[in-house]
Amino acid sequence: MKPAPYGYARAATLDDVFSLLAEHGEDAKILAGGQSLMATLNMRLSEPEVLIDINRIDGLAGIQDTGDTIRIGAMTRHVDVEESDVIATHAPLITAAMEHVAHPAIRNRGTFGGSIAFADPAAEMPACAVALGATMHIAGKGGTRDIPATDFFKGLYETAIGEGEILTAVSVPKITAGWKSGFMELARRHGDYAIIGLCAHLQVSDGKFGDGSLVFFNAGDRPVSAPLTAALLNEQNWSDELSEKLSASLKDELDPPDDLNADGPMRKHLAGVLVKRTLAPMAGA
Amino acid sequence: MDKNVDISLTINGEKVTGRVEARTNLVDFLRYDVGLTGSHVGCEHGVCGACTVRVDGRIVRGCLMAAAQADGADVWTIEGVTETGEMKPLQEAFVERNALQCGFCTPGMLLTIAELMERKPDASRDEIREFISGNYCRCTGYQAIVDAVEMARKGTGKSTGAKGDSA
Ligand SMILES: Cc1cc2nc3c(=O)[nH]c(=O)nc-3n(C[C@H](O)[C@H](O)[C@H](O)COP(=O)(O)OP(=O)(O)OC[C@H]3O[C@@H](n4cnc5c(N)ncnc54)[C@H](O)[C@@H]3O)c2cc1C
Ligand code: FES
Ligand code: FES
Repeated sequence: MKPAPYGYARAATLDDVFSLLAEHGEDAKILAGGQSLMATLNMRLSEPEVLIDINRIDGLAGIQDTGDTIRIGAMTRHVDVEESDVIATHAPLITAAMEHVAHPAIRNRGTFGGSIAFADPAAEMPACAVALGATMHIAGKGGTRDIPATDFFKGLYETAIGEGEILTAVSVPKITAGWKSGFMELARRHGDYAIIGLCAHLQVSDGKFGDGSLVFFNAGDRPVSAPLTAALLNEQNWSDELSEKLSASLKDELDPPDDLNADGPMRKHLAGVLVKRTLAPMAGA
Repeated sequence: MDKNVDISLTINGEKVTGRVEARTNLVDFLRYDVGLTGSHVGCEHGVCGACTVRVDGRIVRGCLMAAAQADGADVWTIEGVTETGEMKPLQEAFVERNALQCGFCTPGMLLTIAELMERKPDASRDEIREFISGNYCRCTGYQAIVDAVEMARKGTGKSTGAKGDSA
C-alpha cells in the first residue's frame, strides 16, 4: 500500500527537531533509517502529519571510544556497528547479534538508535543494551538526561523518551577481563525476527560462572531479564545437571506470550535450549 | 506544511531534478517519474527485496526510503549497472544456470549479490544464502541462484569457455 500524505521536514540541528516537535506534537514522527517507520506508514498502521528527518544532523552518527564505555550515536547505521572493530573488541555481544538483525539492505539504512527507540520486544539491540547495562542519552529542549537501559524499556514499543525528546546516543560499558558474552536466537529464516533469543553476559573463569545477566527477547513486552535463573550459575561449572536446573527455573521465571510462531510453553522450552546451547561453549564445555 | 519536496540527485550517473510528493518512495519515483521500471515493487514493507536499488554505494529497500531522502544521493538501478557492464559475468551466469524464471526478483537479486561479491568475496554457500535471505524468489528457488554466484565468482561462465561445478 501507499502511505497517507504527510509533510516532510529535514532537520539540520537538534534545535530544529525540538521546535518541530513542539509545533506538531503527537502529529509528528522522527524519521531515522525508516526501516520500521516506512513499513508501518506504507501499511497505514500510522498516519502522522509530519516526518522529521534526522539523517542530516551533524554528530548524531558515529562510534566513539570514551574510556570505560563505547558511545554509539543514534544515527549510526546497523552496518557500521556490524563492521566496527571497536565494537567487536569491546562489546562483542552486539557484533554477534547484529548479523541477525534483518537483512543486509535493511542494515545498510536502519540505525542503532532507531532500533532502541522503536523498542520492539523481538528486536536484538534492546536486549543487548539491557544485558550489557547500557545507558541511553535523551535530549529535549530543556537539556539532556541519561537513563539506564533497565528503566528505558517501559512496555510494548514504549520507552522513557518523553514528548519533545529524542534519543541521541547509547553508551555501552566495555567488556572487562573475566567476562564473556554469548548470543543465540531461534528464527525460522535468517533475518526474520526471532521466535525467542538470548543475550548472555557473564563472568566466567576456569569454566566456572560468576555474576552476570541472561536477557531474552521476544519473551515478553520488552527485553526480559532472568535474574533468578542467572543467580543459579554462581560458582557453578557447566554440567547436564546444571542445564536441567536452569531450564526448570526458566519455566517458572519466564512468562512468554503466545503468537502465531509459537505458544508460551514452546517458548519456555526453547529458552532452556538457548541457555544450554549458549552457555556450554561459554564455559568451554 | 508543504507536502511536496524539490529534489536533485544523480541516477545512473545522470543528474535528475524533480518535485515529489513527500510520501513518494524512491522506487515509485524511479518507476513513475523517471521511467526506470527495472526496479520492481512487491510487498511495499521491506520483506521481499524486489525494490532493491543502490544508494551511495550500498543496497537499500527502495520502498522504505522516501524519494525526498534521496536528495543529493548517487542512485544506481539495474538499468545503470547493466549499461556499465559491471554485472555482465553475473548476468551471464544467471542465464547459464537458469537462475531466473519470471525475473521479478532478478534485478534486486543481482544488486544484492554484487554487494555480497564486493563485501564478502569468499562467502560460503551458506553465507550467500544468508546474504540473499532478504530477497525472495518465488519461482526459481535458491539453489540455481547460489550456483550462479559461484560460477560468476570463479569466472567459469560461458565467456571463459570453462564449465562450472555444481554442489
Ligand atoms: C523485513 C524487515 C525485517 C526486520 N528484521 C529485524 C530483526 O530481525 N531484528 C530487528 O531488530 N529489527 C528488524 N527490522 C527493523 C530494523 O532493524 C529497523 O532498522 C529498526 O527497527 C528501526 O531503526 P530505523 O533507524 O530504521 O528507525 P525508523 O524506522 O526510522 O524509526 C522507528 C521508530 O523509532 C523512532 N525513532 C527513530 N530514531 C529515533 C531517535 N533517535 N529518537 C527518538 N525516536 C526515534 C521513530 O519515530 C519510529 O517511531 C526489520 C525490518 C524489516 C523491514
Ligand atoms: S517492495 Fe520493497 S521489499 Fe518488497
Ligand atoms: S524468478 Fe520469479 S521470483 Fe525469482
